Amino acid sequence: MATELDKVEIVTVGVGWTGGIIAAELAKEGAQVVGLERGKGRSTEDFQHIHDEYRYAIRYELMQDLSRETITFRNHRDERALPMRQLGSFLLGEGLGGAGVHWNGQTWRFLPYDLEIKSKTDERYGENKLGDDYTLQDWGISYDELEPYFYQFEKTAGISGEENPKGAPRSNPYPTPPMKETPITQRFKDAANNLNLNPFHIPSGNLSETYENPDGETINQCQYCGFCERFGCEYGAKSTPNMTVIPTALGTDNFELRMHSNVTELMYDGDTVTGVRYTDLQTGEEFIQPADIVVLTSYVMNNARLLLNSGIGRPYDPETRSGVIGKNYCYQILPGANGFFEEEKFNTYMGAGSLGAAVDDYNGDNFDHSDVDFIHGGVTTITQTGQRPINNNTVPNDTPNWGAEFKSQSIKYYHRVLAVGAQGASMPHRNNYLSLDPDYKDIFGQPLLRMTYDYTEQDRKLHDYLSEKCAEIAREMGADNVEPREISDHYNIVPYQTTHNTGGVIMGADPDTSAVNNYLQMWDVDNLFVVGASAFAHNGGYNPTGTVGALAYRAAEGIKKFREENGQLVQGKRSSKQV
Amino acid sequence: MAENNEKTTMSRRRFIKNSSYVAGGAIGGGVLGTVLGRNLLNDNQGTAPEESSGDSSQNFNRALMYFTREKDFNILSQATERIFPDDDNGPGAIALGVPFFIDHQLAGAYGHNDREYMQGPFYPGSDFQGYQTRLKRHEVFDVGIQAMDRESQKEFDASFEELEGEQQDQILKKLQDGDVKLKGVTSSTFFELLRSATIEGAYSDPLYGGNGNMEGWMMKEFPGNYMSYIDEIDEEEFITKEPKALRAHISTQ
Repeated sequence: MATELDKVEIVTVGVGWTGGIIAAELAKEGAQVVGLERGKGRSTEDFQHIHDEYRYAIRYELMQDLSRETITFRNHRDERALPMRQLGSFLLGEGLGGAGVHWNGQTWRFLPYDLEIKSKTDERYGENKLGDDYTLQDWGISYDELEPYFYQFEKTAGISGEENPKGAPRSNPYPTPPMKETPITQRFKDAANNLNLNPFHIPSGNLSETYENPDGETINQCQYCGFCERFGCEYGAKSTPNMTVIPTALGTDNFELRMHSNVTELMYDGDTVTGVRYTDLQTGEEFIQPADIVVLTSYVMNNARLLLNSGIGRPYDPETRSGVIGKNYCYQILPGANGFFEEEKFNTYMGAGSLGAAVDDYNGDNFDHSDVDFIHGGVTTITQTGQRPINNNTVPNDTPNWGAEFKSQSIKYYHRVLAVGAQGASMPHRNNYLSLDPDYKDIFGQPLLRMTYDYTEQDRKLHDYLSEKCAEIAREMGADNVEPREISDHYNIVPYQTTHNTGGVIMGADPDTSAVNNYLQMWDVDNLFVVGASAFAHNGGYNPTGTVGALAYRAAEGIKKFREENGQLVQGKRSSKQV
Repeated sequence: MAENNEKTTMSRRRFIKNSSYVAGGAIGGGVLGTVLGRNLLNDNQGTAPEESSGDSSQNFNRALMYFTREKDFNILSQATERIFPDDDNGPGAIALGVPFFIDHQLAGAYGHNDREYMQGPFYPGSDFQGYQTRLKRHEVFDVGIQAMDRESQKEFDASFEELEGEQQDQILKKLQDGDVKLKGVTSSTFFELLRSATIEGAYSDPLYGGNGNMEGWMMKEFPGNYMSYIDEIDEEEFITKEPKALRAHISTQ
């Protein structure tokens, strides 16, 4: 029934940041690349009427159509997983450029500590600081090895930033200077300096000045219009795949982009993948696209799901702790504190997705954890992303959420609240994982991905610690009333938290405990690369895209090597006892 | 273009009033706020009838797309007004057009959960698993509004429309707490939809039928749709701006 097409050299499943980077790098080398993207095409011209909070930020027009496919969710293994029927906790991207269209643009490098977290934690605090249930692993690559790839992504995207005194060391300055200083960022920095912390401007994909990247693509200067997160940029001033790597790939004439093409299966003969099966969503026609190399470049969820539905790799089993596909799913926690000001108003309706200031003093292993029973931390920031009136109704804790008092207080504080927040790193736990759902199906009749996830003790302790640090900064900023945030009893799929989902197809040095090597090549299938935050062995205390971009450039180099050498690119180090 | 200019002039007048009021430091001043709110409505009736929220006979958009019985629409209207009441800050949900916003939304993709996963089987979920009813939002509103009236009859022997505000609040609170039995959905799910839709109607772009005359935005001093703040974002002082709606972005009107 499916039409078999002529073989191509490389096919990517999804065309966002990772698919775009792979396509651009390999097409430049002369490889024939096909990009299969299930959403529709879009570019800056599609965003002329983007300043519509209701359409884009509330009804999620740029996000995934869940009527076709969603995930199921449960907090723990003895609960029935139910479909995530509406978007909430995280916002999955859909369409050309993926979530790279509507991201905020904060572009960090994970810390050297992150990449060797298991070794470095054991070394400083002894083995088993967290206990055996936490499946902490090194990533199979050091920061020094990854550093050039970080810079490659930053140059492509034109990132605007300045030196971070506590961040990962850099060989080169940022391609463009930091964004503007505002009264809000200045106040945060003054408070941080008073507390002997080390503030700096957030590295930003909303550019401080017009920039031409090494491929000749131009990104414009940010206008601080306040419509960034959940929106596309009408000025072409946000770095996106659509502004950079996708036009670069298309410009080579070696890249063919097929829209509305929904991949449902990887064709696997037990040894290699021979291609992919996909459906054209506009005609209903089914195709098989044979390829020498298949690159999974969809989001975390679909990278894991396509492997599981195609019978590739060993599914993770939390009972026996064997298998790897679906293992180490991580998220983040969002500690913080709201500062309410009685006498001052701030221009919080202005802003940009990455406009803000930060301190890294409480991130990674930048402080001594000997006397606390958690590890890691998170970047602590104030952001000025542009507050919009439906989504921003912050009121003091004892205020009802409707009626006269709510109306008055939400109006009064609309420009009088400054929030200091942290992105708390997320450590893997044996009971937090991805698998196939036994009951629920997508429109093609294939099992949905099932997420089993709850907060851990580590999360709760880290949350308390960081919320108090945020509150200290907010008080120092002069807020009249400071309210630290509290973590909920369980992880809740309903309120928006963050679209920083990671893991499930993790990288490492040991084929027994990881799914891909440090080129993101599958240990089990030499011609299959799985690229994205799915490779993170845990989630760090930053927005993930900078690290995703670095890993995509690393994978692109691996694919180039594979075209010449074939076979496994890395010698696996089996530590153990095969399970 | 002439129409654009007229609108700009009109709203600039409004803007000047608004900013002097803020500069005077009288935020929350009861009398001033009320007067301001009323004047705004009157201004618009005089100069820009096609945008008026107050004079529904002139606005052909103010008609029902979803509801079939006016009584249901009236119950909805009164409930939204309790959630977002007229007060010193400015107009409440009804004057902003929120009930029409909700009616129109229920008739479309929102009301029919078009982009959401609605395949069964359906099971009641935990508090952490989200929306799990087989009812679509428009059906949830039907069931919820009927229950509000039934509950009012039971508690106060009168229709919801006839109750005093505080009695209406009691019914709404009961719904919010999940204490009213509805068929196929929890009353707290219905209430949360009603509550969030009310806020959405108060503050979304006026193109959707709520936020009449952009007065939701004016209360919050949210300027709506501006192309750029690059020359203002480093200013120390709070800047009050005349609000702009998306309609200003259409080049061919």
